[in-house]
Amino acid sequence: MESLRLYLAMAGVSMRSQLQYRASFLMNVWAQFLLAVTEFVGVWALFQRFDQIMGWRLEDVAFLYALVSAAWAFADGAAGGFDTFAGTVKAGGFDRVLLRPRATALQIAGEQVSIRRIGKLLQALAVFTWAVHAMDVQWTCGKAALVVFAVAGGSALFYGLVVVTATICFWTTDSLEVMNIFTHGGRETAQFPIFVYDGWMRKLFTYVIPVATVTYFPAVAILGKSDPIGSSPTFQTFAPLFGIAFLGAALGFWRYGVGRYRSTGS
Amino acid sequence: MSAAAAYAAVFSAQFRTLLQYRAAAIAGMATQIFWGFIRIMLFHALYLSATGTPPMSEAQIVTYVWLVQAFLNLVPMRIDPDVRQLMRDGNVAIELLKPVSFYGIWLMRAIAARAAPTLLRAVPLLTVASLFLGLAPPASVEAALLFVPSLVLGLLVSGAFVTILHLTMLMTIGGEGVTGMGMALVLTFSGNIVPLPFFPDSVLKVVYLLPFRAINDTPFRVYMGHLAGPEAYWALAHQVVWVLVLLLAGRSLARWGLRRLVVQGG
Repeated sequence: MESLRLYLAMAGVSMRSQLQYRASFLMNVWAQFLLAVTEFVGVWALFQRFDQIMGWRLEDVAFLYALVSAAWAFADGAAGGFDTFAGTVKAGGFDRVLLRPRATALQIAGEQVSIRRIGKLLQALAVFTWAVHAMDVQWTCGKAALVVFAVAGGSALFYGLVVVTATICFWTTDSLEVMNIFTHGGRETAQFPIFVYDGWMRKLFTYVIPVATVTYFPAVAILGKSDPIGSSPTFQTFAPLFGIAFLGAALGFWRYGVGRYRSTGS
Repeated sequence: MSAAAAYAAVFSAQFRTLLQYRAAAIAGMATQIFWGFIRIMLFHALYLSATGTPPMSEAQIVTYVWLVQAFLNLVPMRIDPDVRQLMRDGNVAIELLKPVSFYGIWLMRAIAARAAPTLLRAVPLLTVASLFLGLAPPASVEAALLFVPSLVLGLLVSGAFVTILHLTMLMTIGGEGVTGMGMALVLTFSGNIVPLPFFPDSVLKVVYLLPFRAINDTPFRVYMGHLAGPEAYWALAHQVVWVLVLLLAGRSLARWGLRRLVVQGG
């Protein structure tokens, strides 16, 4: 409980400091929004030429896209401290963190919460609203809850990936650009239904880095599609749990990494 | 020292700095090949469910995707962090003391920042992609001969455009808003995310007039012979016109901006 209060206090400080430059902040949100919109323009353009992809129409893909984007926006906004962790290690800043009598992951997590990612979130919300309007799905409380669950699972997973990337810095000091394959690559891949990809790519993002698992299967259940991969309805409902498990494992890896930390001495 | 020698020095210094990061280049290449696979698989799935005739053949898409990846660094992804730093700490004043045109220095810096990583990535990626990944050679000798000037013109458009974005920071300090919008426009309307011929024809009428297609769409389609004969020459003329317009606009903006510049003390 005390850790939660501490986290909220740190996050609050971070957010208030960003709000000091109000005009710059609003411009930032706007820029984030526009960047996200243009990304979706690409998807939209493709569906003007090919009106469906293996039975999924633009609104179906848009729905999945919105789930992934929202999950990414939450994780990316909250994980700033881990995202810039390579810099912290290089400058020897982690020594300071170790001196404080609180969990290291908690301190890094609270370091930086960038609220400008709200721009990205707003775009996801806009796409989501449009998609829900355009398709005819019988909404139930269960389906609405599954949307929230899928976004939560996706956020946990993306957050976990950023934590893993940061943890690797304990060994390499510098950040590994290759990890982008899993974070950004995973996000990119998961924006389309996973069955469009070839075997190895599908396996990678279903089993190893379950980005597609936490968003695609719930989306299938909500949209009422038949799944060419052949998953059961129970699995589709509980799939987001894999994201939360992944975050748990990532934090375990972090604790192991902290034990291996050697200061750069600067 | 003549002004030309000074510009050459700025260019070569920036160029050599960027050539230092060889390990990052290898990691970047792995990421880009992966990215290429994601795109190609996606298009493959789209083509499987296509009803009409798409504007490019699937083999052409493969070539286009690898050209995008090989020349990815032609596209400005973010503003130069050094330039932002100059604005933040007020060192921009020192730039003004240099006895050569302020605009000239910034333009050279921007062009070198695109050219160095492009060279570093393009050569190995083109080799790997043409040997193993289905990148076709240029459509004809004429296509190959037009591709080179077209690529250089694309580089100039990119550099001149980024310089304008940098110059807007003279007025806004933070600058993320304007520059974010600029990047978003480039990514979408250069044909980087989705090849432009896939956009609806009504949208294309406008998009083909904008400068951004000069960065990716024109050189790549010239290479593939997708733009050939008079069409190709018109596309190159479009590039030349935009290079001139952007250079003149940038220079006027620099003059105007410097007159009202407030240097941040520090």
